[in-house]
Amino acid sequence: MRVLTLAGRRLLASLPTLLIILAGLFLLLQLAPGDTVDALMAQMGGGDPAMMAQLRSFYGLDATVPVQLGRYLLRLLSFNLGYSAIYGKPVATVIAERLPATLLLMVSSLGFAFAGGVALGVVAARRINRWPDTLISTVGLIFYATPSFWLGLMGIVVFAVRLGWLPPGGLEEVGAGHAGARRALDMALHLLLPTATLSLIFLATYLRIMRAAMLEVMGQDFIRTARAKGLSETAVVVRHALRNAMLPMVTLLGLQVGNLLGGSVVVESVFALPGLGRLAYEAVVQRDLNTLLGIVFVSALLVIAANFAVDVLYARLDPRIPGER
Amino acid sequence: MRAVRRYLRSPAAVIGLALLALVVGVALAAPLAFPGDPLGLAGRPLQWPGANPRFPLGTDPSGRDIAAQIFHGARTSLLIGGVATAVSLGIGIGVGAAAGFYGGWMDDALMRVTEAFQTLPGFLLLLVLVAVFGSAIATVTLAIGIVSWPATARLTRAEFLTLRSREFVQSCRTLGMGNARIMLREILPNALPPVIVYAGVVMASSILLESALAFLNLSDPNIASWGNLIGAGKGVLRVQWYVSAIPGIAILLTVLAVSLVGQGLNDALNPRLEGRG
Repeated sequence: MRVLTLAGRRLLASLPTLLIILAGLFLLLQLAPGDTVDALMAQMGGGDPAMMAQLRSFYGLDATVPVQLGRYLLRLLSFNLGYSAIYGKPVATVIAERLPATLLLMVSSLGFAFAGGVALGVVAARRINRWPDTLISTVGLIFYATPSFWLGLMGIVVFAVRLGWLPPGGLEEVGAGHAGARRALDMALHLLLPTATLSLIFLATYLRIMRAAMLEVMGQDFIRTARAKGLSETAVVVRHALRNAMLPMVTLLGLQVGNLLGGSVVVESVFALPGLGRLAYEAVVQRDLNTLLGIVFVSALLVIAANFAVDVLYARLDPRIPGER
Repeated sequence: MRAVRRYLRSPAAVIGLALLALVVGVALAAPLAFPGDPLGLAGRPLQWPGANPRFPLGTDPSGRDIAAQIFHGARTSLLIGGVATAVSLGIGIGVGAAAGFYGGWMDDALMRVTEAFQTLPGFLLLLVLVAVFGSAIATVTLAIGIVSWPATARLTRAEFLTLRSREFVQSCRTLGMGNARIMLREILPNALPPVIVYAGVVMASSILLESALAFLNLSDPNIASWGNLIGAGKGVLRVQWYVSAIPGIAILLTVLAVSLVGQGLNDALNPRLEGRG
């Protein structure tokens, strides 16, 4: 319970942050040349000024900037993200349609990066300065330096074009009419390359942190005690060291959610996935202000929610963290 | 001098330095080796590397010389990486120093803003900035600097927090020095080493950010950039995959070089960490 109070307080403290983000972005977008109506008109191939003025008042674009900002923030309180002129639907609907693909991609990538990072990090730390460590650290550095979109493209060349093992893009086979487990398998196959692409750079980070954390923990007194008790090396590593070395990893998990969302913009556009990231890119190109702000709002909420989850997880992993204060 | 020796003892750091020297050399040689416009029409499009001795790395879908774009792209990457890092360090050090030195409400306010920047996915913010201010190369560079300062600010703040109550700062006060002079002349030089080392990470990520933007066609289209070339090759990926493959390797090597040099500097300047890997 005390854990929840602590995490809840942290959650409350993030509200002003959210407000700063929204106000800052709204003001920033006011600086953009042209608004939604201009973009609409450009798409329609021009229109007369009377109609443009009518559209502007329909979308509330004729009010002063502070009034528009106030209206926007008030609307957000009721989770009304506005109306997307480009898609002809409420922004919340557009985002809700795109969110599942991105969440699926994020969760699978984060899971893969975390598991892979822990495993490789432990192996590297156990064999420090010998060939497995050197190999793992070198590969990690190379992953870290590789642009994810390029890795994705090369993955398509090798696994989709040359070998024909995996589909080159999309979320599922369109028109195949799969259902149930068959459909899930199809989607998993489609997500394999994007997940690998998005997760490798994060895997490299986790691997480095895990290696350092393991080295740190393995040098501590309680490890010596565990060994002195006669525990096997596996038991020492798995039962005693791993849990403690996990703490910095969990912190990183919360910090990485934002980067993961940013990375999904690029990866989704490489693999033509109908996700939030690609929506953000399309919104930028089409100057769809409402949708872009909505995505940023939802992303910020996601990051805050992830950090809340990490706080709770952290306190469960480390009973020394007090719930008071 | 001992730091230099320590640096040269690590093979990874030396490889990084050699790679970086190679990239810088390529960037410097670009106007000599390829004096013409790297984005100009050079020959028949989509010639494989080696097929035509005039184009050792082949031509892209618009008939532009890939080798020329690689050479001139090195200039772009290093320039954008360098300037964006300088911008990011400038903002980060300024914010972190003010927050750490003055504390109180100033610290609270500045850290709230830092937190806001950290909560927002950096690449999304970059997209917004580029959409609003356009994608001229100066704008893109500035925007990359603007999205990547928060970590530097936190690092600088932590250094200033520990340094501001040290004895040498108190003696400066007794001597009647002003706040600005204490911050710039006394504390900053002591706070800089970890920040400088972190600059390697910022530069590596700046280069990656620019290439991702260019790949999405949101960076300056009038400048030879590796990311642009990868984006141009996306359409012919099935057969002429070399168009995308070659510039990707260039990005990989450059980022690798910057990271290795940064890590080498870290190990050389923080001897306490020696032996811990």
